[in-house]
Amino acid sequence: MSREPIIRFDRVSKRFGDFTVLDNLDFQVQPNEKVTIIGPSGSGKSTVLRVLMTLEPINEGVVYVGGDPLWHEYRRNNELSPARGAHLRRMRERLGMVFQQFNLFPHMTVRRNLTEAPRRVLGLSRAEADERAHELLELVNLGNQADKYPGQLSGGQQQRVGVARALMMRPRIMLFDEPTSALDPELVGEVLKVIRQLADTHDLTMLMVTHEMHFARQISDRVCFFDQGRILEQGPPEEILSSPKEARTREFLHAVLNPDE
Amino acid sequence: MLFGYAWDTSGFWPFVISIMPILLIGLWVTLKATVIGFAIALVLGLLLAALKAAPTRLIAWPARAITEFIRDTPLLIQLFFLFYVLPDFGLTLPAFMTGALALGLQYSAYTSEVYRAGLEAVPRGQREAARALSMAPGRTFTHIILPQAIPRIIPALGNYLVSIMKDVPVLSVVTVLEMLNVARIIGDRTFNYLVPLTIVGILYLLLTLIAAWGIRWLDTHLPSHGVALK
Ligand SMILES: Nc1ncnc2c1ncn2[C@@H]1O[C@H](COP(=O)(O)OP(=O)(O)OP(=O)(O)O)[C@@H](O)[C@H]1O
Ligand SMILES: [Mg+2]
Repeated sequence: MSREPIIRFDRVSKRFGDFTVLDNLDFQVQPNEKVTIIGPSGSGKSTVLRVLMTLEPINEGVVYVGGDPLWHEYRRNNELSPARGAHLRRMRERLGMVFQQFNLFPHMTVRRNLTEAPRRVLGLSRAEADERAHELLELVNLGNQADKYPGQLSGGQQQRVGVARALMMRPRIMLFDEPTSALDPELVGEVLKVIRQLADTHDLTMLMVTHEMHFARQISDRVCFFDQGRILEQGPPEEILSSPKEARTREFLHAVLNPDE
Repeated sequence: MLFGYAWDTSGFWPFVISIMPILLIGLWVTLKATVIGFAIALVLGLLLAALKAAPTRLIAWPARAITEFIRDTPLLIQLFFLFYVLPDFGLTLPAFMTGALALGLQYSAYTSEVYRAGLEAVPRGQREAARALSMAPGRTFTHIILPQAIPRIIPALGNYLVSIMKDVPVLSVVTVLEMLNVARIIGDRTFNYLVPLTIVGILYLLLTLIAAWGIRWLDTHLPSHGVALK
């Protein structure tokens, strides 16, 4: 793990008014690493992903993605200044995000959902974009659904479209914010299967917030337990999920694994 | 005689038939005022909505104040202002244009709210998804947000079209010869108000029914999840 991290939070703070969501956060992810973020509601898990996806600006510190500052640009004297729109647009292409609520475009077919951005942003021709969409729909086992509208698909299918759509931009980093939380229990498996397959077959850095502990154990190289905007404890999944050191982690895991108590 | 048409008061049907062309000319004026007023309201409303959504309060606040002022004052005041006060500043418009402008101004306050509500009803996640895909803000607006807002906006705008039509008679106070004004003049001169007023009522009813039917048709035929452009 001595390589240059692909994601680095350097003393990052994020506040909403008086409320501190990320508190002087230091956090690194290595290329191709699969990291799962767990933690109680409101601990800042989504915020970490949203900051990376440039959906939420930060108040202090610097975030680096692929070695370059995300929310800042270097000026001529090598000082950091807040990034302008063009810089953010360029940096964004390194990341893809899968949302809890899918956020598919309801007025576009599945194919158009996938091809709209690559054609406009990356300048792909229609044929190139369609080809890429076809490959990715095959990957998520939706090869024959390209002409349907999102509303005609089940939740599990919609979320798989969400995964394919994010992959269309060929990001190096994929962010998943509770990708199965909005799904009926019987549809969770098909989405997790696609994500697992993706982790096995693609050179992707993956950062995922999930409450699926079994899945986290299978897929992740590292689990981070977030509490009040900081990482309280992190390590290999066996260690964190089976024998956590911190009392708060134990409490949290106990609550998640025994929801009926 | 009005617009070169004489009326025939010798009996009920001859009277109806003879004043019909006159009333239809009035109807034509009413329709023109409705359409032009509505067009102005659509454009001006969009402008107001855009200004109200501006990130700086310096722009947003005056736009909001203007909207509120227009909404909270009677159409007649705006009409009198445009008709009697503007000429003092060297701007004299024909009565008809003044009337259409007053209607457009009044209703731009309403349409701007329709636009705003329609755009705000599009879930925030749509904008975020577009952003995560590096889509440009302009294209996000025209191809992601707007198409989803349109099915909510159009039926509401249709209702205001009907309202404008019913407000056109107000223009008679600045001498516009719209349908109701024409009917009144016929009544003044023939001492028969019942027939022309009844005809005008029926014509209004027909127009409103047609418009309501059109709105309902749009409501059922616009895809509820958004209109794909191209
Ligand atoms: N736009 C916002 N304005 C104000 N407060 C916000 C905003 N977004 C998030 N917050 C607050 O920030 C805190 C952290 O939010 P975040 O979404 O990162 O939590 P989370 O760990 O993902 O929680 P959950 O498990 O419920 O999704 C929460 O208390 C939330 O209420
Ligand atoms: Mg969250």
